[in-house]
Amino acid sequence: MTTRMKVLQKLDSVKDPEIPSVSVVDLGIIYDVKVDEGNVEVEAMPTFSGCPALDIIKRDIKEAIEAIEGITSVEVKYIREPIWTTDRVTERGKVQLKDYGIAPPEERSGDEWRVPCPYCDSVYTTMDNIFGPAACRSILYCKSCKNPFEAMKPVAI
Amino acid sequence: MESAEYRNSLIELIYQLADDDFILAYRGSEWLGLAPHIEEDVAFSSISQDLMGHATLYYSLLEELGEGDADKLTHARSPHDFHNAVLLELPNGQGTYLEEPNYDWAFTVVRNYFYTLAKKVRLQSIKENSYESLQQIVKKISVEMSYHLMHWETWFDQLMNSTPEAKRRMTDAINIVLKEMRGVFSYGENGEKIVRLSLIEREEVLIQRWKDILNEKVDFSLDIEMSLDGRNGKHTDHLEGALSTLSEVYQSVPSAEW
Repeated sequence: MTTRMKVLQKLDSVKDPEIPSVSVVDLGIIYDVKVDEGNVEVEAMPTFSGCPALDIIKRDIKEAIEAIEGITSVEVKYIREPIWTTDRVTERGKVQLKDYGIAPPEERSGDEWRVPCPYCDSVYTTMDNIFGPAACRSILYCKSCKNPFEAMKPVAI
Repeated sequence: MESAEYRNSLIELIYQLADDDFILAYRGSEWLGLAPHIEEDVAFSSISQDLMGHATLYYSLLEELGEGDADKLTHARSPHDFHNAVLLELPNGQGTYLEEPNYDWAFTVVRNYFYTLAKKVRLQSIKENSYESLQQIVKKISVEMSYHLMHWETWFDQLMNSTPEAKRRMTDAINIVLKEMRGVFSYGENGEKIVRLSLIEREEVLIQRWKDILNEKVDFSLDIEMSLDGRNGKHTDHLEGALSTLSEVYQSVPSAEW
């Protein structure tokens, strides 16, 4: 296995502390990984600029890669461009979000934002608050199973 | 970087953008637990957190441009070195968040709506033509800001079309905000250079765009004024009070690592 593959595999174990079911890879925030012998440089994309987890994620990525044998230095930096959008979340990431009770980002059709309930899959849902308990999440309500739930706030350019 | 003049003008403009978001984020955070209802408390605190994030992006660019550590820029600068518009430092109303916070929701809605709309116009101009790293930051901020604008516009429209009391309070608030709104569009005494170096368009151009958008929904005149130009370091005593509260912990042990 190449060092780069080892690094990528290791990144699968690094989670967003606010969404512990999804790795940073599946969240789509890893933009590039550069390996030059024992030196690793990771370029990450911030989800929301005010997200308090950004520094924690950065530290966790650094510590995880440093634990790989043969790695001598790790640099993690947030890049300004391109911008992270919710369509960068992988298919696996969407499944993991749903398992955690967070409706994954949906494809937008026109102005309509249809969000199926993560518990019963009903589309009979209403938006309670576009702003939620974390910068990247909104609060919705399912009129079918009568559960409140959260959804990833859609981010598109 | 082309010249010292370009660098200085760029830094000046970034301070204005950064300090505006920073101080309004602080004023927003003073509402925590006091907003009209629980959903608004969640939304408003999330918006304030976003605004603080926007300020962080600008301060990080200032750091890169050699202005020093971002924490120091926010917590150890004298009020006279702040470049925010005076409108954004004004208190939320009577009292403090700890004692008898008789805050004014109408003022908060109008200030945030008018400011966010002005921010959109400003950032749009920077997106068209400016310093590349600043343009990248502005693109990111614009995406998040669209939700803020939608939020404040909804409040504004609903209260303007609500009871006579709501309308009266909103009208009072609009009059207060218009008295300082001009300051948001000011680039201060070095404004002419900022414009000549194509960092952003002329103040009058942006003001007109802002008015054109608002005129589609309001029927009152939008004569904007300012008492003091915060871009030149002129502020009310309210700024000093706000800064001393928000830097209280930092100032207790300035050498601590955060």
